[in-house]
Amino acid sequence: MTSAAPPAPDHPVIRAEGLYKRFGRQVVLRGVDLDVMPGEILAIVGRSGAGKSVLLKNLIGLLQPDSGAVLVAGEDLHRARGRRLSRLRERFGMLFQGGALFDSLSVADNVAFPLREKTRQSRGQVAGVVTEVLKSVGLQGMDGKFPAELSGGMRKRAALARALAHRPEIMLFDEPTTGLDPIMVRAIHRLIADTQQRFQYTAVVVSHEVPGIFEIASRVAMLHEGALLEVATPDTFQASANPVVQQFIAGRLEGPLTAT
Amino acid sequence: MMLGVLTQLGSVTLTRLAALGRAAFFVARVLGLVVVPPLKGRLIVQQMHFIGARSVLVIALTGAFAGMVLGLQGFHVLTRFGSEALLGQFVSLTLITELGPVFSAIMVTARAGSAITAQIGIMRITEQLDAMTVMALNPLRYVAVPNVVAGTLVMPLLGAMFSVVGIWGGYVAGVLILGVNRGTYFGGIADVVDLQDVTNGVYKSLCFGLVVLLVCCFKGYHAGYGAEGVSKATTEAVVISAVLILVLDYVLNTVLL
Repeated sequence: MTSAAPPAPDHPVIRAEGLYKRFGRQVVLRGVDLDVMPGEILAIVGRSGAGKSVLLKNLIGLLQPDSGAVLVAGEDLHRARGRRLSRLRERFGMLFQGGALFDSLSVADNVAFPLREKTRQSRGQVAGVVTEVLKSVGLQGMDGKFPAELSGGMRKRAALARALAHRPEIMLFDEPTTGLDPIMVRAIHRLIADTQQRFQYTAVVVSHEVPGIFEIASRVAMLHEGALLEVATPDTFQASANPVVQQFIAGRLEGPLTAT
Repeated sequence: MMLGVLTQLGSVTLTRLAALGRAAFFVARVLGLVVVPPLKGRLIVQQMHFIGARSVLVIALTGAFAGMVLGLQGFHVLTRFGSEALLGQFVSLTLITELGPVFSAIMVTARAGSAITAQIGIMRITEQLDAMTVMALNPLRYVAVPNVVAGTLVMPLLGAMFSVVGIWGGYVAGVLILGVNRGTYFGGIADVVDLQDVTNGVYKSLCFGLVVLLVCCFKGYHAGYGAEGVSKATTEAVVISAVLILVLDYVLNTVLL
Protein backbone atom coordinates (compact mmCIF):
# COMPACT_ATOMS: atom_id res chain seq x y z
CA MET A 1 0.00 0.00 0.00
CA THR A 2 2.95 2.29 0.66
CA SER A 3 4.29 2.97 -2.77
CA ALA A 4 6.94 5.55 -1.84
CA ALA A 5 10.59 4.61 -2.22
CA PRO A 6 12.28 3.47 0.98
CA PRO A 7 14.04 6.32 2.78
CA ALA A 8 17.80 6.65 2.53
CA PRO A 9 19.49 4.82 5.41
CA ASP A 10 21.06 8.00 6.80
CA HIS A 11 17.84 10.07 6.68
CA PRO A 12 15.38 9.83 9.55
CA VAL A 13 12.01 8.23 8.77
CA ILE A 14 10.44 10.44 11.42
CA ARG A 15 11.93 13.67 12.69
CA ALA A 16 10.32 15.45 15.64
CA GLU A 17 11.38 19.06 15.98
CA GLY A 18 10.75 21.03 19.17
CA LEU A 19 7.50 19.27 20.07
CA TYR A 20 5.71 21.20 22.78
CA LYS A 21 2.40 20.00 24.17
CA ARG A 22 0.36 20.93 27.19
CA PHE A 23 -3.05 19.98 28.56
CA GLY A 24 -4.54 22.92 30.47
CA ARG A 25 -1.78 24.07 32.76
CA GLN A 26 0.14 20.82 32.64
CA VAL A 27 3.07 20.92 30.24
CA VAL A 28 3.71 17.38 28.98
CA LEU A 29 6.30 17.89 26.24
CA ARG A 30 8.80 20.74 26.46
CA GLY A 31 10.47 20.84 23.10
CA VAL A 32 11.25 17.25 22.16
CA ASP A 33 13.68 16.69 19.28
CA LEU A 34 13.93 13.14 18.04
CA ASP A 35 15.11 11.32 14.92
CA VAL A 36 13.86 7.83 14.16
CA MET A 37 16.22 6.11 11.73
CA PRO A 38 15.10 3.58 9.11
CA GLY A 39 15.03 -0.05 10.19
CA GLU A 40 15.73 0.59 13.83
CA ILE A 41 13.72 -0.31 16.93
CA LEU A 42 13.68 2.82 19.05
CA ALA A 43 12.46 2.28 22.60
CA ILE A 44 11.06 5.28 24.46
CA VAL A 45 11.19 4.73 28.20
CA GLY A 46 10.34 6.88 31.18
CA ARG A 47 8.22 6.99 34.27
CA SER A 48 4.44 6.72 34.14
CA GLY A 49 3.00 10.11 33.20
CA ALA A 50 6.27 11.26 31.62
CA GLY A 51 4.44 11.88 28.33
CA LYS A 52 5.61 8.84 26.35
CA SER A 53 2.18 8.02 24.92
CA VAL A 54 1.56 11.72 24.21
CA LEU A 55 4.82 11.83 22.26
CA LEU A 56 3.83 8.70 20.31
CA LYS A 57 0.40 10.14 19.49
CA ASN A 58 2.05 13.34 18.29
CA LEU A 59 4.30 11.31 16.01
CA ILE A 60 1.29 9.83 14.22
CA GLY A 61 -0.96 12.89 14.35
CA LEU A 62 -3.55 11.61 16.83
CA LEU A 63 -2.60 14.65 18.94
CA GLN A 64 -1.57 18.03 17.59
CA PRO A 65 1.45 19.64 19.22
CA ASP A 66 1.04 23.23 20.45
CA SER A 67 4.28 24.00 18.62
CA GLY A 68 6.95 22.06 16.81
CA ALA A 69 6.73 19.73 13.83
CA VAL A 70 6.77 16.06 12.94
CA LEU A 71 8.38 15.32 9.59
CA VAL A 72 7.61 11.94 8.06
CA ALA A 73 9.94 11.28 5.15
CA GLY A 74 10.48 15.03 5.00
CA GLU A 75 6.76 15.98 4.99
CA ASP A 76 5.17 17.87 7.87
CA LEU A 77 2.52 15.47 9.21
CA HIS A 78 0.61 18.09 11.15
CA ARG A 79 0.28 20.46 8.18
CA ALA A 80 -0.81 17.75 5.76
CA ARG A 81 -4.53 17.51 4.91
CA GLY A 82 -6.77 15.26 2.84
CA ARG A 83 -5.03 12.76 0.59
CA ARG A 84 -1.53 13.86 1.55
CA LEU A 85 -2.34 13.15 5.19
CA SER A 86 -3.89 9.80 4.22
CA ARG A 87 -0.78 8.84 2.27
CA LEU A 88 1.45 9.73 5.23
CA ARG A 89 -0.76 7.79 7.65
CA GLU A 90 -0.73 4.74 5.40
CA ARG A 91 3.00 4.46 6.11
CA PHE A 92 2.15 3.80 9.76
CA GLY A 93 0.79 0.93 11.77
CA MET A 94 0.09 1.24 15.46
CA LEU A 95 -0.41 -1.21 18.28
CA PHE A 96 -2.51 0.46 20.96
CA GLN A 97 -2.20 -0.21 24.67
CA GLY A 98 -5.44 -2.19 24.91
CA GLY A 99 -5.23 -3.51 21.35
CA ALA A 100 -8.16 -1.36 20.15
CA LEU A 101 -9.65 -4.32 18.29
CA PHE A 102 -13.17 -3.73 16.99
CA ASP A 103 -15.42 -5.61 19.46
CA SER A 104 -18.11 -6.36 16.92
CA LEU A 105 -15.76 -8.02 14.42
CA SER A 106 -14.03 -11.39 14.55
CA VAL A 107 -10.23 -11.60 14.60
CA ALA A 108 -10.13 -12.30 10.86
CA ASP A 109 -12.50 -9.41 10.09
CA ASN A 110 -10.44 -7.10 12.31
CA VAL A 111 -7.28 -7.96 10.37
CA ALA A 112 -9.10 -7.73 7.04
CA PHE A 113 -10.77 -4.40 7.89
CA PRO A 114 -7.99 -2.02 6.73
CA LEU A 115 -7.42 -4.10 3.61
CA ARG A 116 -11.09 -4.15 2.66
CA GLU A 117 -11.51 -0.45 3.30
CA LYS A 118 -8.25 0.88 1.89
CA THR A 119 -7.23 -1.43 -0.92
CA ARG A 120 -8.81 -3.00 -3.97
CA GLN A 121 -7.66 -6.51 -3.14
CA SER A 122 -10.04 -9.35 -3.97
CA ARG A 123 -11.66 -11.45 -1.24
CA GLY A 124 -9.20 -14.25 -1.92
CA GLN A 125 -6.19 -11.95 -1.67
CA VAL A 126 -7.46 -10.44 1.58
CA ALA A 127 -8.09 -13.90 3.03
CA GLY A 128 -4.54 -14.90 2.03
CA VAL A 129 -3.00 -11.87 3.77
CA VAL A 130 -5.15 -12.46 6.87
CA THR A 131 -4.01 -16.08 7.12
CA GLU A 132 -0.39 -15.10 6.58
CA VAL A 133 -0.23 -12.32 9.20
CA LEU A 134 -2.22 -14.32 11.75
CA LYS A 135 0.26 -17.13 11.27
CA SER A 136 3.19 -14.75 11.66
CA VAL A 137 1.89 -13.66 15.09
CA GLY A 138 1.06 -17.23 16.13
CA LEU A 139 -2.72 -16.93 15.91
CA GLN A 140 -3.45 -19.43 13.15
CA GLY A 141 -6.87 -21.00 13.58
CA MET A 142 -8.19 -18.08 15.65
CA ASP A 143 -9.90 -16.38 12.70
CA GLY A 144 -13.44 -16.81 13.97
CA LYS A 145 -12.85 -15.75 17.57
CA PHE A 146 -14.10 -12.40 18.83
CA PRO A 147 -11.87 -10.03 20.85
CA ALA A 148 -13.86 -10.73 24.02
CA GLU A 149 -12.93 -14.42 23.74
CA LEU A 150 -9.17 -13.76 23.62
CA SER A 151 -6.66 -13.48 26.45
CA GLY A 152 -4.65 -10.27 26.90
CA GLY A 153 -1.63 -11.62 25.05
CA MET A 154 -3.70 -12.98 22.18
CA ARG A 155 -5.50 -9.67 21.86
CA LYS A 156 -2.14 -7.90 21.50
CA ARG A 157 -1.08 -10.43 18.87
CA ALA A 158 -4.32 -9.98 16.94
CA ALA A 159 -3.92 -6.21 17.09
CA LEU A 160 -0.34 -6.54 15.85
CA ALA A 161 -1.57 -8.72 12.98
CA ARG A 162 -4.13 -6.06 12.05
CA ALA A 163 -1.49 -3.32 12.18
CA LEU A 164 0.87 -5.38 9.99
CA ALA A 165 -1.74 -6.38 7.43
CA HIS A 166 -1.06 -3.45 5.12
CA ARG A 167 2.73 -3.76 5.46
CA PRO A 168 3.49 -0.46 7.17
CA GLU A 169 6.93 1.12 6.94
CA ILE A 170 6.71 2.39 10.51
CA MET A 171 5.18 0.60 13.48
CA LEU A 172 4.35 2.43 16.69
CA PHE A 173 3.85 0.37 19.84
CA ASP A 174 2.12 2.00 22.80
CA GLU A 175 3.14 -0.04 25.85
CA PRO A 176 2.64 -3.36 24.05
CA THR A 177 3.25 -5.50 27.15
CA THR A 178 1.14 -3.72 29.76
CA GLY A 179 -0.85 -6.17 31.88
CA LEU A 180 0.94 -9.30 30.63
CA ASP A 181 2.87 -11.91 32.62
CA PRO A 182 6.71 -11.95 32.34
CA ILE A 183 6.74 -14.86 29.91
CA MET A 184 4.19 -13.22 27.68
CA VAL A 185 6.16 -9.96 27.91
CA ARG A 186 9.22 -11.73 26.54
CA ALA A 187 7.09 -13.47 23.90
CA ILE A 188 5.70 -10.13 22.69
CA HIS A 189 9.20 -8.61 22.61
CA ARG A 190 10.39 -11.59 20.57
CA LEU A 191 7.38 -11.20 18.28
CA ILE A 192 8.19 -7.53 17.71
CA ALA A 193 11.80 -8.39 16.84
CA ASP A 194 10.74 -11.27 14.57
CA THR A 195 8.06 -9.37 12.71
CA GLN A 196 10.41 -6.37 12.38
CA GLN A 197 12.94 -8.66 10.69
CA ARG A 198 10.29 -10.25 8.53
CA PHE A 199 8.33 -7.14 7.48
CA GLN A 200 11.32 -4.76 7.59
CA TYR A 201 9.57 -1.94 9.43
CA THR A 202 10.95 0.83 11.58
CA ALA A 203 9.62 0.60 15.12
CA VAL A 204 9.04 3.06 17.93
CA VAL A 205 8.16 1.23 21.14
CA VAL A 206 6.92 3.03 24.22
CA SER A 207 7.67 0.71 27.10
CA HIS A 208 7.96 0.29 30.83
CA GLU A 209 9.82 -2.98 30.48
CA VAL A 210 13.29 -2.18 31.71
CA PRO A 211 15.64 -3.95 31.15
CA GLY A 212 13.60 -6.40 28.99
CA ILE A 213 13.14 -3.92 26.16
CA PHE A 214 16.93 -3.49 25.83
CA GLU A 215 17.11 -6.98 24.32
CA ILE A 216 15.31 -5.89 21.15
CA ALA A 217 15.93 -2.13 20.97
CA SER A 218 18.49 -0.60 18.62
CA ARG A 219 18.40 2.63 20.61
CA VAL A 220 16.76 3.75 23.84
CA ALA A 221 15.41 7.25 24.50
CA MET A 222 14.44 8.31 28.00
CA LEU A 223 11.75 10.92 28.41
CA HIS A 224 11.97 12.88 31.62
CA GLU A 225 10.08 16.03 32.62
CA GLY A 226 8.85 16.57 29.07
CA ALA A 227 12.24 16.34 27.37
CA LEU A 228 14.54 13.59 26.14
CA LEU A 229 17.15 13.05 28.79
CA GLU A 230 19.27 10.50 26.98
CA VAL A 231 19.20 8.77 23.61
CA ALA A 232 21.70 5.95 23.22
CA THR A 233 22.21 2.31 22.31
CA PRO A 234 21.03 -0.06 25.05
CA ASP A 235 24.59 -0.76 26.20
CA THR A 236 25.56 2.92 26.38
CA PHE A 237 22.22 3.72 28.00
CA GLN A 238 22.73 1.14 30.72
CA ALA A 239 26.26 2.41 31.34
CA SER A 240 25.06 6.02 31.54
CA ALA A 241 26.53 8.11 34.34
CA ASN A 242 23.29 10.07 34.63
CA PRO A 243 21.86 9.37 38.12
CA VAL A 244 18.27 9.74 36.82
CA VAL A 245 18.87 7.04 34.20
CA GLN A 246 20.56 4.81 36.73
CA GLN A 247 17.75 5.17 39.26
CA PHE A 248 15.17 4.40 36.56
CA ILE A 249 16.99 1.29 35.34
CA ALA A 250 17.51 0.01 38.87
CA GLY A 251 13.97 0.93 39.92
CA ARG A 252 15.22 2.46 43.17
CA LEU A 253 12.78 4.40 45.30
CA GLU A 254 15.38 6.93 46.39
CA GLY A 255 17.14 9.21 43.97
CA PRO A 256 16.78 12.29 41.77
CA LEU A 257 13.72 10.85 39.96
CA THR A 258 11.68 10.66 43.14
CA ALA A 259 13.10 13.72 44.91
CA THR A 260 10.39 16.34 45.28
CA MET B 1 -13.68 39.55 44.08
CA MET B 2 -15.15 41.26 41.01
CA LEU B 3 -12.23 40.11 38.89
CA GLY B 4 -12.71 36.54 40.09
CA VAL B 5 -16.39 36.56 39.08
CA LEU B 6 -15.55 38.03 35.69
CA THR B 7 -12.80 35.45 35.14
CA GLN B 8 -15.21 32.67 36.06
CA LEU B 9 -17.88 34.09 33.77
CA GLY B 10 -15.41 34.45 30.91
CA SER B 11 -14.13 30.92 31.40
CA VAL B 12 -17.65 29.43 31.42
CA THR B 13 -18.62 31.44 28.33
CA LEU B 14 -15.50 30.35 26.45
CA THR B 15 -16.05 26.70 27.40
CA ARG B 16 -19.67 26.84 26.19
CA LEU B 17 -18.72 28.59 22.97
CA ALA B 18 -15.99 26.03 22.32
CA ALA B 19 -18.50 23.20 22.90
CA LEU B 20 -20.97 24.83 20.50
CA GLY B 21 -18.23 25.26 17.92
CA ARG B 22 -17.25 21.62 18.30
CA ALA B 23 -20.87 20.55 17.86
CA ALA B 24 -21.31 22.73 14.77
CA PHE B 25 -18.09 21.37 13.28
CA PHE B 26 -19.21 17.80 14.00
CA VAL B 27 -22.61 18.36 12.35
CA ALA B 28 -20.97 19.96 9.31
CA ARG B 29 -18.49 17.08 8.94
CA VAL B 30 -21.15 14.38 9.32
CA LEU B 31 -23.58 16.02 6.90
CA GLY B 32 -20.69 16.56 4.49
CA LEU B 33 -19.88 12.85 4.61
CA VAL B 34 -23.55 11.99 4.00
CA VAL B 35 -23.38 13.66 0.59
CA VAL B 36 -19.80 12.65 -0.27
CA PRO B 37 -19.53 8.97 -1.24
CA PRO B 38 -18.88 6.26 -0.34
CA LEU B 39 -21.85 5.64 1.96
CA LYS B 40 -21.53 2.40 3.89
CA GLY B 41 -24.74 0.72 2.71
CA ARG B 42 -24.33 -2.43 4.77
CA LEU B 43 -23.81 -0.43 7.95
CA ILE B 44 -26.82 1.77 7.17
CA VAL B 45 -29.07 -1.29 6.74
CA GLN B 46 -27.63 -2.80 9.94
CA GLN B 47 -28.40 0.41 11.84
CA MET B 48 -31.88 0.67 10.31
CA HIS B 49 -32.51 -2.74 11.79
CA PHE B 50 -31.08 -1.69 15.15
CA ILE B 51 -32.83 1.69 15.38
CA GLY B 52 -36.00 0.76 13.50
CA ALA B 53 -36.92 -2.91 13.55
CA ARG B 54 -35.78 -3.46 17.10
CA SER B 55 -37.82 -0.47 18.31
CA VAL B 56 -41.09 -1.81 16.87
CA LEU B 57 -42.22 -3.53 20.05
CA VAL B 58 -41.63 -0.59 22.35
CA ILE B 59 -43.21 1.82 19.83
CA ALA B 60 -46.26 -0.44 19.49
CA LEU B 61 -46.62 -0.76 23.24
CA THR B 62 -46.28 2.94 24.03
CA GLY B 63 -48.41 3.84 21.01
CA ALA B 64 -51.23 1.54 22.15
CA PHE B 65 -51.33 2.97 25.64
CA ALA B 66 -50.93 6.58 24.49
CA GLY B 67 -53.92 6.02 22.19
CA MET B 68 -55.96 4.40 24.96
CA VAL B 69 -55.23 7.29 27.33
CA LEU B 70 -56.20 9.76 24.61
CA GLY B 71 -59.41 7.82 23.98
CA LEU B 72 -60.27 7.78 27.67
CA GLN B 73 -59.37 11.39 28.44
CA GLY B 74 -60.80 12.65 25.16
CA PHE B 75 -64.08 10.89 25.80
CA HIS B 76 -64.49 12.47 29.26
CA VAL B 77 -63.56 15.96 28.06
CA LEU B 78 -65.71 15.78 24.93
CA THR B 79 -68.68 14.40 26.88
CA ARG B 80 -68.77 17.63 28.89
CA PHE B 81 -69.49 19.50 25.67
CA GLY B 82 -71.72 16.79 24.30
CA SER B 83 -69.21 16.16 21.50
CA GLU B 84 -68.08 12.60 22.12
CA ALA B 85 -68.74 11.91 18.45
CA LEU B 86 -65.56 13.91 17.74
CA LEU B 87 -63.43 11.35 19.57
CA GLY B 88 -61.99 9.84 16.36
CA GLN B 89 -60.93 13.27 15.09
CA PHE B 90 -59.43 14.19 18.44
CA VAL B 91 -57.40 11.00 18.84
CA SER B 92 -56.18 10.79 15.26
CA LEU B 93 -55.19 14.43 14.82
CA THR B 94 -53.37 14.52 18.15
CA LEU B 95 -51.46 11.37 17.31
CA ILE B 96 -50.63 12.06 13.68
CA THR B 97 -49.49 15.65 14.11
CA GLU B 98 -48.06 15.63 17.64
CA LEU B 99 -47.81 12.56 19.79
CA GLY B 100 -46.75 10.08 17.10
CA PRO B 101 -43.62 11.97 15.98
CA VAL B 102 -42.73 13.28 19.46
CA PHE B 103 -43.25 10.09 21.47
CA SER B 104 -41.63 7.82 18.90
CA ALA B 105 -38.58 10.11 18.79
CA ILE B 106 -38.32 10.08 22.58
CA MET B 107 -38.67 6.29 22.68
CA VAL B 108 -36.01 5.86 19.99
CA THR B 109 -33.73 8.18 21.98
CA ALA B 110 -34.25 6.11 25.10
CA ARG B 111 -33.85 2.73 23.43
CA ALA B 112 -31.44 3.15 20.51
CA GLY B 113 -29.92 6.63 20.96
CA SER B 114 -28.55 5.89 24.42
CA ALA B 115 -27.09 2.59 23.22
CA ILE B 116 -25.45 4.28 20.24
CA THR B 117 -23.89 6.96 22.47
CA ALA B 118 -22.56 4.32 24.85
CA GLN B 119 -21.19 2.20 21.99
CA ILE B 120 -19.39 5.08 20.30
CA GLY B 121 -18.18 6.33 23.70
CA ILE B 122 -16.67 2.94 24.49
CA MET B 123 -15.04 2.88 21.06
CA ARG B 124 -13.57 6.27 21.90
CA ILE B 125 -12.14 5.31 25.29
CA THR B 126 -10.80 1.96 24.05
CA GLU B 127 -9.04 3.78 21.19
CA GLN B 128 -11.01 1.96 18.48
CA LEU B 129 -11.79 5.31 16.84
CA ASP B 130 -8.10 6.27 17.00
CA ALA B 131 -7.28 2.92 15.41
CA MET B 132 -9.45 3.88 12.41
CA THR B 133 -7.74 7.26 12.19
CA VAL B 134 -4.35 5.55 12.15
CA MET B 135 -5.61 3.37 9.28
CA ALA B 136 -6.19 6.65 7.40
CA LEU B 137 -9.96 6.08 7.66
CA ASN B 138 -12.45 8.66 8.89
CA PRO B 139 -14.22 7.15 11.95
CA LEU B 140 -17.25 9.40 11.38
CA ARG B 141 -17.97 7.54 8.16
CA TYR B 142 -18.30 4.29 10.11
CA VAL B 143 -19.87 5.29 13.41
CA ALA B 144 -21.82 8.51 12.80
CA VAL B 145 -22.98 8.65 9.18
CA PRO B 146 -24.73 5.22 9.11
CA ASN B 147 -26.58 6.02 12.35
CA VAL B 148 -27.65 9.49 11.23
CA VAL B 149 -28.86 8.26 7.81
CA ALA B 150 -30.60 5.20 9.28
CA GLY B 151 -32.21 7.17 12.12
CA THR B 152 -33.52 9.86 9.77
CA LEU B 153 -34.99 7.25 7.44
CA VAL B 154 -36.69 5.04 10.01
CA MET B 155 -38.05 7.73 12.32
CA PRO B 156 -41.05 8.64 10.06
CA LEU B 157 -41.94 4.94 9.81
CA LEU B 158 -41.83 4.54 13.58
CA GLY B 159 -43.81 7.77 14.04
CA ALA B 160 -46.46 6.56 11.59
CA MET B 161 -46.59 3.20 13.32
CA PHE B 162 -47.02 4.87 16.69
CA SER B 163 -49.96 6.88 15.31
CA VAL B 164 -51.68 3.90 13.69
CA VAL B 165 -51.35 1.72 16.79
CA GLY B 166 -52.45 4.70 18.90
CA ILE B 167 -55.59 5.17 16.81
CA TRP B 168 -56.46 1.53 17.46
CA GLY B 169 -55.70 2.10 21.15
CA GLY B 170 -58.16 5.00 21.09
CA TYR B 171 -60.64 2.65 19.42
CA VAL B 172 -60.28 0.11 22.21
CA ALA B 173 -60.81 2.74 24.93
CA GLY B 174 -63.44 4.87 23.15
CA VAL B 175 -65.43 2.32 21.14
CA LEU B 176 -64.99 -1.04 22.84
CA ILE B 177 -64.89 0.16 26.45
CA LEU B 178 -66.78 3.47 26.53
CA GLY B 179 -69.31 2.73 23.80
CA VAL B 180 -68.69 5.35 21.15
CA ASN B 181 -70.14 4.30 17.82
CA ARG B 182 -67.55 2.52 15.67
CA GLY B 183 -68.63 4.20 12.44
CA THR B 184 -68.59 7.61 14.09
CA TYR B 185 -65.05 7.00 15.36
CA PHE B 186 -63.55 5.96 12.03
CA GLY B 187 -65.77 8.20 9.92
CA GLY B 188 -64.57 11.21 11.88
CA ILE B 189 -60.97 10.29 11.19
CA ALA B 190 -61.59 10.00 7.46
CA ASP B 191 -63.37 13.37 7.43
CA VAL B 192 -60.84 15.46 9.28
CA VAL B 193 -57.35 14.07 8.65
CA ASP B 194 -55.97 15.44 5.41
CA LEU B 195 -52.71 14.77 3.63
CA GLN B 196 -51.04 17.85 5.06
CA ASP B 197 -51.50 16.54 8.61
CA VAL B 198 -49.77 13.32 7.63
CA THR B 199 -46.92 15.06 5.78
CA ASN B 200 -46.42 17.48 8.69
CA GLY B 201 -45.99 14.48 10.97
CA VAL B 202 -43.50 12.96 8.54
CA TYR B 203 -41.49 16.20 8.32
CA LYS B 204 -41.37 16.36 12.09
CA SER B 205 -40.18 12.77 12.38
CA LEU B 206 -37.48 13.37 9.76
CA CYS B 207 -36.19 16.38 11.70
CA PHE B 208 -36.35 14.54 15.04
CA GLY B 209 -34.52 11.53 13.60
CA LEU B 210 -31.74 13.72 12.22
CA VAL B 211 -31.34 15.75 15.41
CA VAL B 212 -31.56 12.83 17.86
CA LEU B 213 -28.96 10.76 16.02
CA LEU B 214 -26.62 13.72 15.54
CA VAL B 215 -26.80 14.49 19.27
CA CYS B 216 -26.29 10.86 20.31
CA CYS B 217 -23.37 10.33 17.92
CA PHE B 218 -21.76 13.65 18.92
CA LYS B 219 -21.97 12.87 22.63
CA GLY B 220 -20.48 9.41 22.14
CA TYR B 221 -17.75 10.68 19.83
CA HIS B 222 -16.66 13.27 22.38
CA ALA B 223 -17.16 11.09 25.46
CA GLY B 224 -14.84 11.79 28.36
CA TYR B 225 -12.40 9.38 29.92
CA GLY B 226 -13.43 6.07 31.50
CA ALA B 227 -16.76 4.56 32.51
CA GLU B 228 -17.82 7.85 34.10
CA GLY B 229 -17.18 9.72 30.85
CA VAL B 230 -19.35 7.29 28.88
CA SER B 231 -22.16 7.31 31.44
CA LYS B 232 -22.16 11.13 31.51
CA ALA B 233 -22.18 11.27 27.71
CA THR B 234 -25.13 8.84 27.57
CA THR B 235 -27.15 10.79 30.12
CA GLU B 236 -26.46 14.07 28.37
CA ALA B 237 -27.35 12.59 24.98
CA VAL B 238 -30.76 11.43 26.22
CA VAL B 239 -31.56 14.65 28.10
CA ILE B 240 -30.42 16.98 25.30
CA SER B 241 -32.24 14.91 22.67
CA ALA B 242 -35.50 14.93 24.67
CA VAL B 243 -35.31 18.68 25.24
CA LEU B 244 -34.42 19.38 21.60
CA ILE B 245 -37.32 17.21 20.39
CA LEU B 246 -39.79 19.35 22.34
CA VAL B 247 -38.15 22.67 21.41
CA LEU B 248 -37.97 21.64 17.77
CA ASP B 249 -41.59 20.48 17.91
CA TYR B 250 -42.65 23.98 18.91
CA VAL B 251 -40.51 25.59 16.22
CA LEU B 252 -41.80 23.21 13.55
CA ASN B 253 -45.39 23.81 14.63
CA THR B 254 -44.97 27.54 14.15
CA VAL B 255 -43.50 26.93 10.70
CA LEU B 256 -45.83 24.16 9.51
CA LEU B 257 -49.17 25.32 10.90
